[in-house]
Amino acid sequence: MTATTFPAPAPAETVEDRYRSGLVTFFSDTMLIFRRQLKLSLRNPAWVIIGLIQPILYLAFFGPLLARVASGGALGVPANNPYSFFVPGLLIQLGLFGASFVGFTIIADWRAGVIERFRVTPVSRMALLAGRVLRDVLTLTVQAIVLVLAGLAFGLRAPLAGVLIGLCFVAVVAVSLAAVSYAVGLLLKSEDALAPLLNMIMVPLMLLSGIMLPMTLGPVWLRDAARATPFGYIINAMRDVFAGRYFNAVVVEGIAVSVGLAIVCLWLAGRAFAKENA
Amino acid sequence: MIIDAQGLARTFRTRKRSVEAVRGVDLTVKAGEIVGFLGPNGAGKTTTLRMLTTLLRPTAGTATVAGCDLLRDPVGVRRRIGYVPQAIGVTAGGTDPSALVGEELTIQGRVYRLSAGQAAERAALLTSQLELTGLEGRLCKTLSGGQRRRLDIALGLIHSPVVVFLDEPTTGLDPQSRSNLWDHIRGLRERLGTTVFLTTHYLEEADALCDRVLVIDHGKIIAEGVPDELKRRISGDVITLSVSADADRAQAVLTGYPGVRDLVAEGKAIRMTVTSGEQALPGVLRQLDAEGITMDSIQLARPTLDDVFLTLTGRSLRDDSPVGEPRSSNETRQAEMQP
Repeated sequence: MTATTFPAPAPAETVEDRYRSGLVTFFSDTMLIFRRQLKLSLRNPAWVIIGLIQPILYLAFFGPLLARVASGGALGVPANNPYSFFVPGLLIQLGLFGASFVGFTIIADWRAGVIERFRVTPVSRMALLAGRVLRDVLTLTVQAIVLVLAGLAFGLRAPLAGVLIGLCFVAVVAVSLAAVSYAVGLLLKSEDALAPLLNMIMVPLMLLSGIMLPMTLGPVWLRDAARATPFGYIINAMRDVFAGRYFNAVVVEGIAVSVGLAIVCLWLAGRAFAKENA
Repeated sequence: MIIDAQGLARTFRTRKRSVEAVRGVDLTVKAGEIVGFLGPNGAGKTTTLRMLTTLLRPTAGTATVAGCDLLRDPVGVRRRIGYVPQAIGVTAGGTDPSALVGEELTIQGRVYRLSAGQAAERAALLTSQLELTGLEGRLCKTLSGGQRRRLDIALGLIHSPVVVFLDEPTTGLDPQSRSNLWDHIRGLRERLGTTVFLTTHYLEEADALCDRVLVIDHGKIIAEGVPDELKRRISGDVITLSVSADADRAQAVLTGYPGVRDLVAEGKAIRMTVTSGEQALPGVLRQLDAEGITMDSIQLARPTLDDVFLTLTGRSLRDDSPVGEPRSSNETRQAEMQP
């Protein structure tokens, strides 16, 4: 055993002096966790690429079919620029699945004891959530940019401002879903329970959001069901901004729904993370 | 008192039943003590530890840890304590398998608000003290069991806490790594005066390491004391003498001798229990000598903490708890999670 001398433990005053309170702590803690999570993600960049495979496949294997069918103008898909309809849908699909599956990573973290290790430190518990969500938003935004570039190669034409606003929608959706996914993962603590739960919730939400085809094609009951879910509003708003229409009721509705969703999701997830016992 | 807990209790409720994991624990720990919390799986060790470290809210009771009130100022407690979780069980020791050893140490320092420089300095010091030098660039998942456990401990010490809680620090380690860790834990106290509160279900660990042992079973503390004193108080020492003459005569001589009880003669051997072997033995020998009884051999056996536990609870420490009781605190923890 090494016989070097340990330094004396810090006296109580300096323990308190090290810490500042409130938002300063929250933001710096969030950045600490964000940087750590980002570093860990960059060590395994394969997941970022794997997450992109599904939407790229849709773009390549389904996009041309949709473009051909839409060329008749029958579907309510813009015949001259079908990809400005299709790519926003794929972006939301990317967000839906990319962000909602992050709950698995927190179960792995919990199992490794990482969650407990940080919960016993003075780090802000909300920062444990926020730092992770921020990392996911960054990952997803990068994936979304790649997807948009791929879309351009297939024939997407959209104004830059519209694309940027669309990416903001994706980021807000990612915040909502990642936060909820972490909270649910932390509560369930079991991959076997999380996987079926996610499928049960995400698949209907995706189908009802009108990612592939406009919901207006459906019967009234289906349109009503779609109106009860949030993502249809967001996709419609994204399609409008991709088409260069920024100031209308659809876009306002999309902004309201996405921000409202994010607030509700963050509030729920925050409660799960700040809970005294976990 | 660096730890002062009164009536600490925790009941886990599920739909079907409620489990009283800890039923009113009172304990005090003085600054600089190494205190062992000894008990079988499911006795309530980990649950108590999780309450004292702010990870679990007690259903009843209060405690002050490192000068801060557990319920009113949990963040104050967290700033001052170090915690090294159990490494074997549902959750592991706290390192991310795909993080680098050096990264883990630095982030740990940073969340305790050490500057980047201070964190690096502390990390370097702890890696050398805990024999992790040269491993800073390795992924945590590539470490051996002993190395990973030393890293877990380094993480718990990065901010020089005044009190450190170790949950089964050596479970799953080979004997060599174990005694090596014991040296490190002793060193902590010797050099820094750090208070160490550890749980264990190894008697030899409590015996080798602890100034004081608290024995817990079924969520209550059933005995407390210095390991030696505890052994003596509960079971006494066993003296076995082999006499050259017949043992019956020796038995007659010693019957009624002060402090001697449970006197048994078997052939040439005679066995007795005394409160303190060292104190009783000279007198016993003189008494026999005076009667002209000579001895071939003398054996003084001190009861192990295992015997102590057996006497206290009627169960061996190595037994599994009876069916129907939560077998480990991890299971209790899981039960709590069910909606």
